[in-house]
Amino acid sequence: MDSLRESATFDRTTIAAIQRAARTGVYDIRGGGAKRAVPHFDDLVFLGASMSRYPLEGYRESCGTDVVLGGRHASSPLHLDIPVTIAGMSFGALSGPAKEAIGRGASEAGTSTTTGDGGMTDEERGHSSHLVYQYLPSRYGMNPDHLRAADAIEIVLGQGAKPGGGGMLLGQKITDRVAGMRTLPPGIDQRSACRHPDWTGPDDLAIKIGELREITDWTKPIYVKVGASRPFYDVQLAVKAGADVVVVDGMQGGTAATQDVFIEHVGIPTLAALPEAVRALQEMGVHREVQLIVSGGVRGGADLAKCLALGADAVAIGTAALIALGDNDPGLDAEYRALGSAAGYYDDWQDGRDPAGITTQDPALAARLDPIEGGRRLANFLRVMTMEAQTIARACGKAHVQHLEPEDLAALTIEAAAMARIPLAGTNWIPGVSF
Amino acid sequence: MGTVIDLSVTSVRSLNADLHALPAGATDSIRVLRPDGRHSLAAGLDRPVTVEIDGHAGYYCAGMNQLATVSVHGNVGVGVAENMMSGRVHVHGDASQSAGATAHGGLLVIDGNASARCGISMKGADIVVGGDAGHMSAFMAQAGRLVICGDAGDALGDSIYEARIYVRGSVASLGADCVQKEMSPSHLAELSLLLAAAGRAEDPSEFRRYGSARTLYHFHSDNAY
Ligand SMILES: Cc1cc2nc3c(=O)[nH]c(=O)nc-3n(C[C@H](O)[C@H](O)[C@H](O)COP(=O)(O)O)c2cc1C
Repeated sequence: MDSLRESATFDRTTIAAIQRAARTGVYDIRGGGAKRAVPHFDDLVFLGASMSRYPLEGYRESCGTDVVLGGRHASSPLHLDIPVTIAGMSFGALSGPAKEAIGRGASEAGTSTTTGDGGMTDEERGHSSHLVYQYLPSRYGMNPDHLRAADAIEIVLGQGAKPGGGGMLLGQKITDRVAGMRTLPPGIDQRSACRHPDWTGPDDLAIKIGELREITDWTKPIYVKVGASRPFYDVQLAVKAGADVVVVDGMQGGTAATQDVFIEHVGIPTLAALPEAVRALQEMGVHREVQLIVSGGVRGGADLAKCLALGADAVAIGTAALIALGDNDPGLDAEYRALGSAAGYYDDWQDGRDPAGITTQDPALAARLDPIEGGRRLANFLRVMTMEAQTIARACGKAHVQHLEPEDLAALTIEAAAMARIPLAGTNWIPGVSF
Repeated sequence: MGTVIDLSVTSVRSLNADLHALPAGATDSIRVLRPDGRHSLAAGLDRPVTVEIDGHAGYYCAGMNQLATVSVHGNVGVGVAENMMSGRVHVHGDASQSAGATAHGGLLVIDGNASARCGISMKGADIVVGGDAGHMSAFMAQAGRLVICGDAGDALGDSIYEARIYVRGSVASLGADCVQKEMSPSHLAELSLLLAAAGRAEDPSEFRRYGSARTLYHFHSDNAY
């Protein structure tokens, strides 16, 4: 075996992909986010307190975590207890019990959840204390009553997993209920449009935001979500168009169903997008007035703290929330293997046969997820994330997680130093900024 | 008797706020003067009121309408009656792009011409255009009926789902998966009702019907447009 040498160019994954394509004649559609290694938050570390910085006592001295989103123009901004929100994931992509569990968990932790492509369900509204209603190109299930029942509105331009791409929901997940909500025949492969049907470009967007504000009497915060590709310009244009909150989703961001080639090769990493988004807001003098939510590969309290230190006001999580609910549970390994996957690898969220009952519309599978238990697990995870971020913030001497700042960070790689504009650890060097 | 609101002295915000604040079931009549192309006029109504707009309206006039009857005695900008749920919107002049986009219900009547993408992604509404409709009309249209009494532009009904299109004049070209279909007596009957509801005198037998060939309903490699 030792004499066998795997090619770095044609490695086993690449060979399998070519073989799969040759066998089937269709491209690979899957869930999840980019799998290859890209510069990420792991490439940053916190410096902690030292002679010149004074730490706070863990468990004793308070460290705030609350955040207000959307006060720029909306009369009823969102007041959240923690700066971790649940990202938009559609009913259709997710089962009813999964949506309910997410609503329960987020509400228990004092944060918001978000609808998705396909509209708002009663279960979701009923179990979510703060619900953000997505306004997507497909406008599936778009209903002005739901707009008025929401706590905020998120205009979706794109997702980090597929900037420039529309959505897809494969026929096996299109039950009568999903089809009815989307006004489409059951069982067909659904395409969600990639462009909004009634506006193009930032000038139109400003008028569209004006309409949504008029319809909701200027009460609801309006978010604009973009997939990370040109975050500096997209953020500035979103602000100019009147957004209260900008959501930037990096290339590691999860999806329910997208072509693998799209997930892996379009968009830029979250770590690269976040500082550009902050710079865009700072240049316009609206950093903190317009809040920035960052998503795409946020996995725990350290990632949260790093996002906040780099200038985000909050993060959104998708994949991590699904894992907290029970996705990729080792106890289901045999069932994952029967589907040709394994616990820790399962990403066929497009396919509707999820043994954990999360990314499915099969009633028997969906019934496996107990929404109360799932909600409790998600609330636990959100609490742990928050406590981890507080631990780091206290060590950096901060009485609020929002006070974390770039000066608290060092970079472990030259790439991360250049992207995050943080000095390489042990040096004063920021490539492209200092010498 | 009706209220008169002059938009040269009253703001759009105050007009819409007053319309939204009417009690449920209100049947008031409101006449809006000097709209001068302002956007979002009478957007988000959800009462069976009657609004007459004397002049031209900008983008998203009567957007997301529910129950109300809105008439525009002039032209309208982009997205008139977009995502309408119910009620009736009548444009006596021409309409810009994306008229009736994603509308779920109700009737949109445009006496003049409609620009590109009329009825784009429509989800159940009825749209009757007295004149011509621009390119990409009924793009990805899911449900509902689009009647074009004049000519249709290029790529009519591209990627259409279950919506039905009736055209009296010429069709510059059909979009992907849109085909001409047989006009059965039930289609003639439904078209007659639509024309009558829109106050049109055209003869239904002069129209042709278009809809989905349903060949793009599943993703195959040869469907990769
Ligand atoms: C199952 C699933 C469904 C999703 N559905 C939507 C959607 O309907 N609309 C949307 O804007 N983003 C959708 N997303 C993307 C998320 O909103 C979010 O951008 C992404 O999950 C963040 O990255 P993370 O998964 O690494 O946390 C979905 C993601 C997943 C995993």
